[in-house]
Amino acid sequence: MSDIITPLVAADGTPLKRKLAQSLMRSRARAFGLALPLLAFILVLFVFPITTFLTQAFYDARFATLMPETTKALADWDATSEPTEEMAAILVADLIVARKDKTIGKVATRVNRELSGTRSLFTKTARSAKKMEAPYMEALIKKDKDWGDIEVWQAMKTASRVYTPAYLAAAVDLKMLADGSIVRQDENRRIHVILFWRTLEISFLVTLFCFMLGYPVAYMLSTLPARTSNLLLILVLLPFWTSLLVRTTAWIAMLQAQGVLNDLFVVFGLATDDDRFSLIYNKTGTLIAMTHILLPFMILPLYSVMKTIPPSYVRAAKSMGATNWTAFWRVYFPQSVPGIGAGALLVFILAIGYYITPALVGGQDGQMISNFIDFHMRKSLNWNLAAAMGLVMLVFVLFMFWIYDRIVGIDNMKLG
Amino acid sequence: MKKLLTLTAASAFALSANVAFSEGSITVVSWGGAYTKSQVEAYHKPWSATTGNQVVSEDYSGGLAEVKTQVESGSVTWDIVDVELSDAIRGCDEGLFEEIDLDSLPPSADGVAAADDFIPGSLHDCAVGNIVWSTLYAYDQTKFASAPTTMADFFDVEKFPGKRGMRKSPKAMLEMALMGDGVPANEVYELMNTEEGIDRAFAKLDTIKDHVVWWEAGAQPPQLLADGEVSMTIVWNGRIFNAIAAEGQPFGLVWDGQIYDLDLFAVTKGSPNKELAMDFIRFATGTQPLADQASWINYGPVRKSSIPLIGTFHSDDSIKMIEHMPTTPDAMKNALQNDFEFWADNQDELNERFNAWLAG
Repeated sequence: MSDIITPLVAADGTPLKRKLAQSLMRSRARAFGLALPLLAFILVLFVFPITTFLTQAFYDARFATLMPETTKALADWDATSEPTEEMAAILVADLIVARKDKTIGKVATRVNRELSGTRSLFTKTARSAKKMEAPYMEALIKKDKDWGDIEVWQAMKTASRVYTPAYLAAAVDLKMLADGSIVRQDENRRIHVILFWRTLEISFLVTLFCFMLGYPVAYMLSTLPARTSNLLLILVLLPFWTSLLVRTTAWIAMLQAQGVLNDLFVVFGLATDDDRFSLIYNKTGTLIAMTHILLPFMILPLYSVMKTIPPSYVRAAKSMGATNWTAFWRVYFPQSVPGIGAGALLVFILAIGYYITPALVGGQDGQMISNFIDFHMRKSLNWNLAAAMGLVMLVFVLFMFWIYDRIVGIDNMKLG
Repeated sequence: MKKLLTLTAASAFALSANVAFSEGSITVVSWGGAYTKSQVEAYHKPWSATTGNQVVSEDYSGGLAEVKTQVESGSVTWDIVDVELSDAIRGCDEGLFEEIDLDSLPPSADGVAAADDFIPGSLHDCAVGNIVWSTLYAYDQTKFASAPTTMADFFDVEKFPGKRGMRKSPKAMLEMALMGDGVPANEVYELMNTEEGIDRAFAKLDTIKDHVVWWEAGAQPPQLLADGEVSMTIVWNGRIFNAIAAEGQPFGLVWDGQIYDLDLFAVTKGSPNKELAMDFIRFATGTQPLADQASWINYGPVRKSSIPLIGTFHSDDSIKMIEHMPTTPDAMKNALQNDFEFWADNQDELNERFNAWLAG
């Protein structure tokens, strides 16, 4: 009798241990339930569409679906021997169907991405495909001599891949050939790598400028009495309440050749009237406008971190004989690093995807990769390439984040 | 539960009311600014007045991205889109636009069938033309003693000093570079189909690269010219006319080497108001509305029968609109029609090359 241990029970007879677990479970479920709307929101409007879109970077079933028989025939072809009569016959049959279903435009656009100038070749040929008779290869070449060019057939073979590295290759100035090998893009068409580097360079410089301008301001704000600093803080926040477009356009009025700043330069004799400085529609303009627009994102985290640094530390350092510089560099600065980390990461990541400001003031050498993504989204409708560039950029930002974590440490970051 | 039911009933009612309202309403999407204004005055208002249906006007900045999104997601809210020729053809090929029954277009007032009344190339399977617009260059009259007259003058920064405004796109700029290099308009595309032709165009652009301010939005070039940022700029003729006529700016136009193009109406595939939309297009591209539009903006009507009916500027009787049209004999002397097929074929490659050239 005495060796039986009765477990503690609650009023209704269930063991206390289980009761406790149940109640914990309930509160966890409640917490999860509260977070559920946000989770669903992120999943539906963020994770799902972005992932679906990014798959376009390496998935393109257009040609394979719309030209099914040709795709099969091309798969058996070694991409180097002469295209056969049989392939031509299959192609003509597929073209007739594509013409009837009004899908020929999609097919033509797809192949044109691999080989410029083939779009009209496909649409024109499809128009008269119905009237063609065997031998088909001859009929095709009679319609347009380009059909005798093996490059056209190779471009089709490349386009017929459903999972293709072609777009990702194009996003970094490479080109995939029909046999699957990857070579560099023609020299006068290499543009994306330049743009990625420039995007990086601009983002880095903007972050640096924001730090150089923002650090003293944040320091001053954190040391002033609350009344004055609150007033000044409103001035820092003021740009946040003005539209981005308005701020960018204001910079155009300030910096253009006949603008306020250049007029002042002329008045003070720093420039002559017909040789004014080019401060806008170039990289300089992009840097100035972006630094201004992103500055609050640097100041605010810095300010909130500096606010928590007790002034007594610096005083203590000085009382023990440190010079002003030593006290700042050895005592104050290290404590402000979490703020720098947060601010720099915020500014850098915002800058790397910046779009409207470089579009307006970037001119010829102040454009960033986002402007090109926009071009392919809206103008050329090459969403696959846009997705590929987006993917490259995303991977790149994650890589930067990883580097940052290794150097500074992600835990060592504070927003306040 | 009861509350929920009431709510559902209420929203269902609101929804059906919405549907009832939209039955007599179509959404027409166009390029905004003075151009949309001219369409509202000449097409939308008279059509609403005669049929009792509403027209909702929306703006966009060209391209097919929105149309593609709407068609592919199955939620079409734009019934009619005013598109450039290249987009009309591409959209039709890709199944983004409805086919239009061209035989149902009304004949001209004096009985000429629509097919003969519309200028060649303005009627397509999925799109009906409405205006001819043009890309040309304008200059600031206060900057030069003698006025520039040819495309070559645009590229001559010795004789006509000052910055040049150009569109940040290879389209039209390459053609103009060749014409500026002395190639007659009718040989331009022949040359551009060769590697040497493209090289030659870029070489010509090279000569003024350091003097160019690049613009992207159509509203920018008149502003650049007005601000004194440039002394000459490539510009769309409607935008620059507005600055001259409405704002009295001292700008001159050079028609030599102009590149003209069409704008067309197309109906989005799967539009819930397809029949109304077709009715609107039949009305708007009639002889009189097309002529009326020309009083509001200097884009040329595509119907031959509209030309004699063109009047004066809506707010200033002294401006005869016919003199500002891109289709007058004088303006057409050395003019080039934009070749949409060339650009549909080559824009990927040329755009990359153009941007690489810009960055280099």
